Amino acid sequence: MKPLNSVISACPPSGIRRFFDIAAQRADVISLGVGEPDFVTPWRVREAGIYALEHGATTYTSNAGLLKLRELVCAELAGRYGAEYAPDGNCVITAGVSEGLDLTLRVLLEPGEEVIVPEPCYVAYQPCVSFAGGRPVPVPTSAEDGFRLRMDVIEAAVTERTKAILIGSPANPTGAVQTREDLAALVALAVKHDLYLISDEIYDRLTYTGAHTCLSALPGAMERTVLLGGFSKAHAMTGWRVGYLCAPRPIADLALRMHQYTMLCAPHVSQLAAVEALSSAGDEVDEMVADYDRRRRVFVKGLREIGLDCPEPGGAFYAFPSIRSSGLDSETFAERLLHSEGVAVVPGNVFGAPGEGHIRCSYATALPLLEEALERMARFLRQT
Amino acid sequence: MREILEILARDGHATPERIATMTDIPEQTVRERISAWEAAGIIRRYRAVVDWDRYHSAGPTDLPETITAFIDVSLVPARGVGFDDVAARISRFPEVRSVYLVSGSQDLRCTVTGTSLREVSEFVSQKLSTIDRIRATATHFVLKTYKRDGDAFIEPETDHRLPVVP
Repeated sequence: MKPLNSVISACPPSGIRRFFDIAAQRADVISLGVGEPDFVTPWRVREAGIYALEHGATTYTSNAGLLKLRELVCAELAGRYGAEYAPDGNCVITAGVSEGLDLTLRVLLEPGEEVIVPEPCYVAYQPCVSFAGGRPVPVPTSAEDGFRLRMDVIEAAVTERTKAILIGSPANPTGAVQTREDLAALVALAVKHDLYLISDEIYDRLTYTGAHTCLSALPGAMERTVLLGGFSKAHAMTGWRVGYLCAPRPIADLALRMHQYTMLCAPHVSQLAAVEALSSAGDEVDEMVADYDRRRRVFVKGLREIGLDCPEPGGAFYAFPSIRSSGLDSETFAERLLHSEGVAVVPGNVFGAPGEGHIRCSYATALPLLEEALERMARFLRQT
Repeated sequence: MREILEILARDGHATPERIATMTDIPEQTVRERISAWEAAGIIRRYRAVVDWDRYHSAGPTDLPETITAFIDVSLVPARGVGFDDVAARISRFPEVRSVYLVSGSQDLRCTVTGTSLREVSEFVSQKLSTIDRIRATATHFVLKTYKRDGDAFIEPETDHRLPVVP
């Protein structure tokens, strides 16, 4: 047989898979390895989905997505962050941020062009750059300064082939939230070198220590920024696969062209559920955010009390504590913890080299389970 | 400060230490607040939310089953007090679990509990109906409780999440 696509073949399978297999075999596992809410979708949203099915919303929608949903998304972004997008022209409803990211990278990149990706970062960023024919250029951030974007480090990575910078804030896996000042400096850097900015803001509603800054709303950012967002995290809608891409007209037009041929449209039922989520599930979101914040405080304090250094996570629902005090590397730590105490965490190195020496713990888990997990981790640390 | 009450309303077991961590309010302040609210009758007491149907269906038990009925009461109002005096009088019976003044064709809606249909019926006919100015009562026995005070007594939903997801 002829060889398969070399770029995809060269991409290593996700480092998480192995842990998934071990964790799935045990019944007593407490999983802190889950990157999605433990809440189910608010009932009124599910009910809207059921109603939509009952009334035959089983067809395609327009390629860009239901106008009503685009209007709600744009009104939300304008009202919340002052980011002005036209529902007709700047906004495409996608099958989650994952599709939005793929569209963006394929629209922006010529073969071999570089995208600067600060690490630790979501596991899909760099493979998606490669799949789009680009070359990911990872740059480090570090726990010492709370995983701030370092402009000197980013600028040092700029070459004449650099096309874009891809960031996520609040971040998976670190929970780090970039400050308005740092993001403004990033925009200045992008203007200086004429780079595009890709901003994954899927966790925008989940910030606890300060307001979220929408990158494209910063002065000078709009014309060069692609904003990706969705409903998976704040509205607990991961499985519905619905999100949005907002961008300047030329980018949005091409993204829509690709979306038209590759996805056609986001699922109709999911779009109607998202309409309900934006029009009336605000209270539920606020309640979930308040609940995450309480768990966050209890969990981070608990991690520190059992002897793990933990940078303050200001957003998302992850803590990214250092496990260096154990003397183990991330993978060994995670694997032994899973085997001996039945607690599943994700080793930090799967999110990039600077993640080594850390583990990602999701606190999107009920409080009694978080406490039990902390006890087990404390026991594990005493034995190591 | 309201957040402290919200946490306690959901989990009466939450300790001041835990609430302090959750809210970033100093533990001493949390203790003082709770004491003040308890003293002022804002926090009236702490109790467990029990699914009695489940308790009884789990097998023979030491306790007789609890029968609940909603009783709608029509009243003759009195000058100066309206319905308040009769409502207060009804509220004093321990069998009466709740009393509301409501709009519509009846005036009061009460919840009454007992250990048998006969006990509840007798309470209504002997005690309630005979109170002066009570014009009529209508009794609705509860057959099954699905949700009470925000707690749904249905099977919890299974967690469909995979154990490890990026």
